Amino acid sequence: MNSPSNEAITQYKEARPPPIASVGIIGWLRHNLFSSVSNTILTLVSIYLLSIAIPAIVDWVILSSQISGDTRFDCKVEGACWAWIDQRLGQFLFGFYPASERWRVVIAFILLFPALIPWLTHGIPGQRYLRWFSVAYPVIATILLAGGFGLQEVPTDKFGGFMLNLIVGLSGIVLSLPVGIVLALGRQSKLPLIRWFSIGFIEAVRGVPLITLLFVSNILLPIFLPPDVTLDSIIRVIIMVTAFASAYMAEVIRGGLQAIPSGQYEAADAMGLNYWKSMRLIILPQALRVSIPGIVNTFIGLFKDTTLVIVIGLFDILGIANAMVSNPDWLGLSTETYVFVAAFFFAVCFSMSRYSMWLERRLARQRH
Amino acid sequence: MKRFSLLIAAMTLISGVASAGTLDDVKKRGALQCGINTGLAGFAYTDDNGKWAGFDVAYCRALASAVLGNPDKVKYVNLTGKNRFPALASGEIDVLSRNTTWTFSRDVKLGFTFVGVSYYDGQGFIGRKKLGVKSAKELDGASICIQTGTTTELNLADFFRVNKIKYEPVPIETNEEARKAYLAERCDVYTTDASGLAATKSTFADADKHMVFPEIISKEPLGPLVRQGDDAWADIARWTLNALINAEEYGVTSGNIDKMLKGTKNPEINRMLGTEGSLGEMLGLQKDWAVKALKAGGNYGEIFDRYLGEKTPLGLSRGLNALWNNGGVLYAPPMR
Amino acid sequence: MTNRITLGNIWFDKRGRGYLLQLLVLFCVAIFLAVITSNTIANLQRAGLTSGFGFLGDQAFFDINQRLIDYTSQSSFGRALIVGLLNTVLVSSLGILTATLIGFIAGVLRLSNNWLISRLITSYVEVTRNVPLLLQIIFWWAILTSLPKVRESISIFGVSFINNRGLRAPSPNFEDPFIWVCFAIVVCLLLTLALYVWSGRRQKLTGETFPIPLAGLFLLVITPLVVFYSLGQPINWDIPTRTRFNFRGGFNITPELLALWIALATYTGAFISEIVRAGILSVSTGQSEAALSLGLRKNQTMRLIIIPQALRVIIPPLTSQYLNLTKNSSLAIAIGYQDLVSIGGTILNQSGHALEVVGIWMFVYLSLSLATSAFMNWYNKRISLVER
Repeated sequence: MNSPSNEAITQYKEARPPPIASVGIIGWLRHNLFSSVSNTILTLVSIYLLSIAIPAIVDWVILSSQISGDTRFDCKVEGACWAWIDQRLGQFLFGFYPASERWRVVIAFILLFPALIPWLTHGIPGQRYLRWFSVAYPVIATILLAGGFGLQEVPTDKFGGFMLNLIVGLSGIVLSLPVGIVLALGRQSKLPLIRWFSIGFIEAVRGVPLITLLFVSNILLPIFLPPDVTLDSIIRVIIMVTAFASAYMAEVIRGGLQAIPSGQYEAADAMGLNYWKSMRLIILPQALRVSIPGIVNTFIGLFKDTTLVIVIGLFDILGIANAMVSNPDWLGLSTETYVFVAAFFFAVCFSMSRYSMWLERRLARQRH
Repeated sequence: MKRFSLLIAAMTLISGVASAGTLDDVKKRGALQCGINTGLAGFAYTDDNGKWAGFDVAYCRALASAVLGNPDKVKYVNLTGKNRFPALASGEIDVLSRNTTWTFSRDVKLGFTFVGVSYYDGQGFIGRKKLGVKSAKELDGASICIQTGTTTELNLADFFRVNKIKYEPVPIETNEEARKAYLAERCDVYTTDASGLAATKSTFADADKHMVFPEIISKEPLGPLVRQGDDAWADIARWTLNALINAEEYGVTSGNIDKMLKGTKNPEINRMLGTEGSLGEMLGLQKDWAVKALKAGGNYGEIFDRYLGEKTPLGLSRGLNALWNNGGVLYAPPMR
Repeated sequence: MTNRITLGNIWFDKRGRGYLLQLLVLFCVAIFLAVITSNTIANLQRAGLTSGFGFLGDQAFFDINQRLIDYTSQSSFGRALIVGLLNTVLVSSLGILTATLIGFIAGVLRLSNNWLISRLITSYVEVTRNVPLLLQIIFWWAILTSLPKVRESISIFGVSFINNRGLRAPSPNFEDPFIWVCFAIVVCLLLTLALYVWSGRRQKLTGETFPIPLAGLFLLVITPLVVFYSLGQPINWDIPTRTRFNFRGGFNITPELLALWIALATYTGAFISEIVRAGILSVSTGQSEAALSLGLRKNQTMRLIIIPQALRVIIPPLTSQYLNLTKNSSLAIAIGYQDLVSIGGTILNQSGHALEVVGIWMFVYLSLSLATSAFMNWYNKRISLVER
């Protein structure tokens, strides 16, 4: 061993660079992909599988696909045949809605956004007026879609395609909000009879599959109605979907109600507010704001479930896809149509779920 | 308890305002509600514009035309095998024209009235030629696609039980799904009404590789039906169908009907077209109800040829459905 | 002191208002039910239909391809419904088991420090969660029915066959001496249990561990095998044989069951993985750090420290996923798997008793739901006892 140097160290030594293997691409790879033997094996296997799957999918969907043609016989390629999109997209979106009137559906859809905005964000100019607009929106949309007031009347059997999914999903959610609030309050109520009815309804509806409720709407609701009254089949579906969604909505809102600190309830009581006033002015506004992510999630679930209406003979986007592939011109394109419908739903639901996650994070930040 | 039943009685009074009859309902509504298939080539299908057409649809149009004077005033309600009867029973539709077999229990127990037979059918089988099967009796151990909730499902079980043959039933909800399952060779043969088989076969890309067995294992008289108890409406539905059939027998077509309206030597034709007698009034309709019905899509023969006949992809021959004086069993009562 | 409620002050008294409100609600519900009942009676009368459950004894006349109990077309509607119920229970239990497995694996892997794996799992979760289940069921059915045809079946050692009509495997026929094998299994099971209890006690007292897995393996696998072979293999296998159209013999898992099973398991598995992930993240990192510094290995930390604590967060939402899966199994109708709803629909159509059939559906699903949640509540309680 050498003797220690007598010279005092007056300068810091420059830091040595980290080992090559822990920074940069190599470091990242080592840390994230090859940190242990088992990880390395997993990584290699996944890379191998991906290297088979991705080129095949890209090839089928894009590279060797064809997007032009009048019938399936015009498609002469190995990959997907997207030629039908050009001719049938209208039906996928609007069902059998008359082509000359489809602009009304588009307008109703565009107007949906200003109607939704005041509930999902706050602090934008003219919010108060927008709220009035969104209260009026269901009426406006109904007139636009069904006709009347100078617009040509369109019977509901022409409703179909993606539009039908949206109508059923949105009306289910919007109508179930008030019902859900009442049920959630009822479930928390101190009055035993009201509490029991609420619990009974919520649990009964949550305990059965939507499909049986759709059968009720389709088969039993007409029997429950007075003999000479008939309800449109889409309206009957909306009634049962609303009943279904309101049970789930009630549970979401109950979660919101429980998230409100009891101090708020007590403060409202101390102010001398009665039950309805304290709910309307203090509790519900806070509880609903907390519940919005849950409501969006309920909507996503409901929206996906609207595809079930095919079981009772309505032509939603999946029904239209089925009807199309039974047409001799487009026979055997079921893979393409199902991929298309799946991608469509994925795009809509994924963006909504991202939105609800963003909301949740923002709410969490606000609370801290 | 007594009070409760009083309450129920009161509610019944309130809600049970006497029925005015289906005819008045249809007129008030301005549209005929007609139950049809969710999709079966030749019988009920949509064109590229989303309009419904087909053999079953043509009857709806004729009826709407006879009652309301306009064949387009129909609201179509698409029904699966499962919800067709509840839809009719509940009044959601006025008439069911969805290739439905006339059976004893449907007529008697389910409370419907069949107004006639629009198509004499029978249950058959379709299979691939390469199977080398000539008769359903050779299907021991085969997988067979069937539509659930149909008479064919029951016939099939009977047939195989009587002949002591084992099979694997593959239950399917709609004709479209059955077609897919059959093409995927999920099942060896598909069984349904022979007309449905022809319709399904017409949509195959390789139709010549498949064959419909010559064997027919059941009688399937298909026809429109209405609710029991409204005889006036049942008469209208029945005689509209009869008018279409008689028109073919008398040679009245959509092409020559305007000429015939000026008067013919055949009093039967004159009575039917309303230029003589008052058959329309007896039904509670206008004098020219049958003229309107015929103008909607022509007589029975024209409708058959347009949607099912030999010139269509289905390529069905008239067979049993030829007129009685032409070797078939189609025989409508006289218009007198 | 409480005020007396009189007719005069009833509206100005909080309790009085409560009574009034409840009475009002009761009245509305009663009216609602009365109207529905009277309408139904009127409608049924008008249609000339009868009601009542007597039809369940009538002969069904239709065949069912998948049945866990004996059933022929001469059995009754009631028996057909039971066949359907058992099919529902079968696919739900299979689905629940597999979904739990998938969910736990995916949930843990998603937190893995392997970037590629966690990304892959994330995309699996996002895709399955955001596409309607109905589509996924149809998709899997389409995949399974595009497998090789019967003629070109994939043979596994010549005894099992995979084709587009499902999976056909040998089914065992037990001979009489097999009872001794069962006996051996039961005895070994008891022995293992006893060993487990004894080793646990010893570990508490002395700290010494005992290789339970190894001993259990020896007892539970080797011993019955020895008994089995020494008795001369008292099982004969019913090996499927090719007939003109299909295979005969053995047992068959239809593509409908398989498609429904896979779709339900992957769909619910994705939801469960989210729950598991949230559960694991809810356990504070201090716990795993403490465990690691105590010298526990990584998988031991997971198994002994993290998972037991996470389970308490996981169980309640897991229950509702199980219920969802059971309810979602009713989508079987889309591909013709003969579950309760599917068979009920057929009966409804053949007999015309819509009200009764829908009533049975509701009753069965509600009972299944209540039973599942009761069991999970019991389990949850048992697990929470671990908390100190």
